[in-house]
Amino acid sequence: MKRKWNWPIWVGFVVAVGGLFSYDFFARFPITRDFPWANLLLFGIGVVLLIVGLFRAFGRPQLYRGKIFGSIFTAIALFLFAFFGYEIFYVLRQVPLSSQAPRVGEKAPEFTLVDPNGRSVALADLLSGSKAVALIFYRGFW
Amino acid sequence: MRSFQRRLSDFDARGIRIVSISVDPPEINRRQSQKVGYTFPLLSDPNAEVIRRYDVLHPGAGPKGGDIARPAEFLIDSNGMVRWVNLTENIAVRAGPEQVLDAFNQIGSAGQ
Repeated sequence: MKRKWNWPIWVGFVVAVGGLFSYDFFARFPITRDFPWANLLLFGIGVVLLIVGLFRAFGRPQLYRGKIFGSIFTAIALFLFAFFGYEIFYVLRQVPLSSQAPRVGEKAPEFTLVDPNGRSVALADLLSGSKAVALIFYRGFW
Repeated sequence: MRSFQRRLSDFDARGIRIVSISVDPPEINRRQSQKVGYTFPLLSDPNAEVIRRYDVLHPGAGPKGGDIARPAEFLIDSNGMVRWVNLTENIAVRAGPEQVLDAFNQIGSAGQ
């Protein structure tokens, strides 16, 4: 008798892989970037489905396929999950101390930089006629 | 940064100007401004001189091992004094417009 397609393994694997590769998308929104709960949820759903699939494959092997590839897929999914966790909870937290950064009450260092149109913009220009200047340093490389 | 653009009218209403600084060259910043619709200036610091001056350099963290800025936000008052600083402990977590507006409202109520 032909054994049945063990769909939770396939769907779980696709969802878990999606948990990793959807990070670029979810990182665009602060609510899913500040804490990557959307990605973790996808990983969680994927791993649960994979485990369900493995139980079917090993519990009723005469009915369901997937003992070998189910195990391989689950191992890959767990590896991706570990990689994601390492990146999110370790690598992203490796930020320089910036102990010499200007503190509250100190004078902000003057600067003159070029805007997108090639015009020079100085901090003094920005401050004149305004109540405050919000300076946002960001990583760039779009 | 998109969230700052969305709240730009709130910054304008309070007389707060927004500028951003990165190592990206002006051409990239122009393209990005057009693409996203940024109307505040994206300033270029290709050699990270100002980024170093503010000690917000993240050495070797660029795509090809180049030096880039770490995320950091400063609020500077009209006298050129730093009134609020946010140095994140997680690159993915940055201050949003609400935090900067709150900081401004607080220094305003402190009577400068």
